[in-house]
Amino acid sequence: MDATAVSPAFSVTSDSADKTRKQQTPGPNAAGKSNRFGDTLFFNLTRAFAVLTLVTLAGIIISLFVSAWPSIEKFGLSYLWTAEWNPPMDRFGALIPIYGTIVTSLIALIIAVPVSFGIALFLTELSPLWLRRPLGTAIELLAAIPSIVYGMWGLLVFAPLFGEYVQPFLAATLGKIPVIGNLFSGPSLGIGILCAGVILAIMIIPFIAAVMRDVFEVTPSLLKESAFGLGATTWEVVWGVVLPYTKVGVVGGIMLGLGRALGETMAVTFVIGNTNFLNNASLFSPGNSITSALANEFQEASTGLHSAALIELGLILFLITFIVLSASKLLLVKLSRHEGAKT
Amino acid sequence: MNLRARRKLINSTALMLSMTAMAFGLFWLLWILFEVLRLGVGGLSPDLFTKMTPPPGGDGGLLNAIAGSLVMVGLATFVGTPIGILAGIYLAEYGQRGWLGAVTRFINDILLSAPSIVIGLFVYAILVIQMKGFSGIAGVVALALLVIPVVVRTTENMLLLVPNSLREAAFALGAQKWKVICLVTARAARAGIVTGVLLAVARIAGETAPLLFTALSNQFWTINLLEPMANLPVTIFKFAMSPFVDWQRLAWAGVFLITMGVLALNIIARVLFKEEIKR
Repeated sequence: MDATAVSPAFSVTSDSADKTRKQQTPGPNAAGKSNRFGDTLFFNLTRAFAVLTLVTLAGIIISLFVSAWPSIEKFGLSYLWTAEWNPPMDRFGALIPIYGTIVTSLIALIIAVPVSFGIALFLTELSPLWLRRPLGTAIELLAAIPSIVYGMWGLLVFAPLFGEYVQPFLAATLGKIPVIGNLFSGPSLGIGILCAGVILAIMIIPFIAAVMRDVFEVTPSLLKESAFGLGATTWEVVWGVVLPYTKVGVVGGIMLGLGRALGETMAVTFVIGNTNFLNNASLFSPGNSITSALANEFQEASTGLHSAALIELGLILFLITFIVLSASKLLLVKLSRHEGAKT
Repeated sequence: MNLRARRKLINSTALMLSMTAMAFGLFWLLWILFEVLRLGVGGLSPDLFTKMTPPPGGDGGLLNAIAGSLVMVGLATFVGTPIGILAGIYLAEYGQRGWLGAVTRFINDILLSAPSIVIGLFVYAILVIQMKGFSGIAGVVALALLVIPVVVRTTENMLLLVPNSLREAAFALGAQKWKVICLVTARAARAGIVTGVLLAVARIAGETAPLLFTALSNQFWTINLLEPMANLPVTIFKFAMSPFVDWQRLAWAGVFLITMGVLALNIIARVLFKEEIKR
């Protein structure tokens, strides 16, 4: 990149330099050369910053791996399924945070997917035209609210109400069913794994709904009109034509929501209860997630091994979200290729 | 029940459920905004903007946290925006073919949704450990890393919206490619690019997780970037989790400020973008 240093002087004098050169050796080559120089410089400058993106990704993975090495070396693969998290004894296992992250994200998906589908259906098929934009914006604003706001609202407003009304109701209904009942038993504390899952659901609804709405809109109207022409109802058109046509994109949107849910930090930290002990299957009990363990313990990590173990948690989280988000991206790209081939 | 009646019933049930889903989504937005207004306005006072964060039980405001947030968000935007715009230009104008453009676009989209707490850990590993302490500058780097993917994405999208005939007209006049990009296409996409920057600012204004391991927080006034720096999100986190009523009241006021700021930025960005499309 030594060209960068030359650039200011060059741009000031380029006109006059061109003229003198032209007088000596008239021809198109001289002008062509200066064109190429400015272009090469700008091309390489922009390319360098594009490459910076790749360097950042590589940097994240390498630096986390290096910082987590003491823990990786000591605990090996058993780190993934050991449930003990004991900082004073320097013994660490990631099972409980990983369990918390996966279960809260699954709860979030179970709630968010049908709701997002309903919202996307409403915005593309049902809503009067003049309402589409404002309602779409309102749902997108839900995604704009910072997660710390969700967290504080969740802890101080939502969780108390959730524990007082919703959890006893769930325990009295779903809690009576054999097997599944175990998930909805125990004291109604408000905060806990279920509460974190519900708040995550609210947070990822806008992401999934936005992708679903966008992919629903790319369905060729020819297909939809044909189905309507055969007498299909709105629901039959959406379920039988739009959804099969866009299913790859819909799955991509769900994966995007999952990626968001896995990595969400503040909202979960506020409401999950932050405990590293878990001895029952109940979703009412408090737990911990990868992100909340990091947010709570990292600053106070006393020993080198404790922080290495926490960084290893971060590395695991990054690798999981990387895989999920890659899958999401590949599916969405596949849909748009498909669309390109059809038209 | 005959087939026709059953199909009608299924249809109307599904559409009712869809409307319920829409109402469900709006319900949370309105509830959260209502509570933020109700509890946040109670904490607003002139002290908020003139006094430092207090010890428990003392009285004070959020001045140092507000100032710290403004400094860090401002600097991060200042650093991240040019990088993002240049990388976005590469993707839109040069990287439409070839592996580098495709790979960068892919990785950028992943970084866009990657957990921000991991970005915090990354900056901790490369800066905080080397500098042997938490610092404002580490917070700025972490936030800038979050700005870049947002700006790259919108810059590329907006440049691709510029009609090719505009580029061809400029080339036909004999303009060099870099001049065409700087003076014609980037200018045509200006409003869209500004929208992207505003959205990026809105995103980092409320980010807490990456600041926990980088800027940390500071109970006192500082604008020295080499010291731990107070900021609104981490202060809110600390105050909201505390049992002290005064601290919680300040946290609600902070949440009110952030929410209003972020929503205002989002709405301005949307209005700006809509104007641009109209033009």
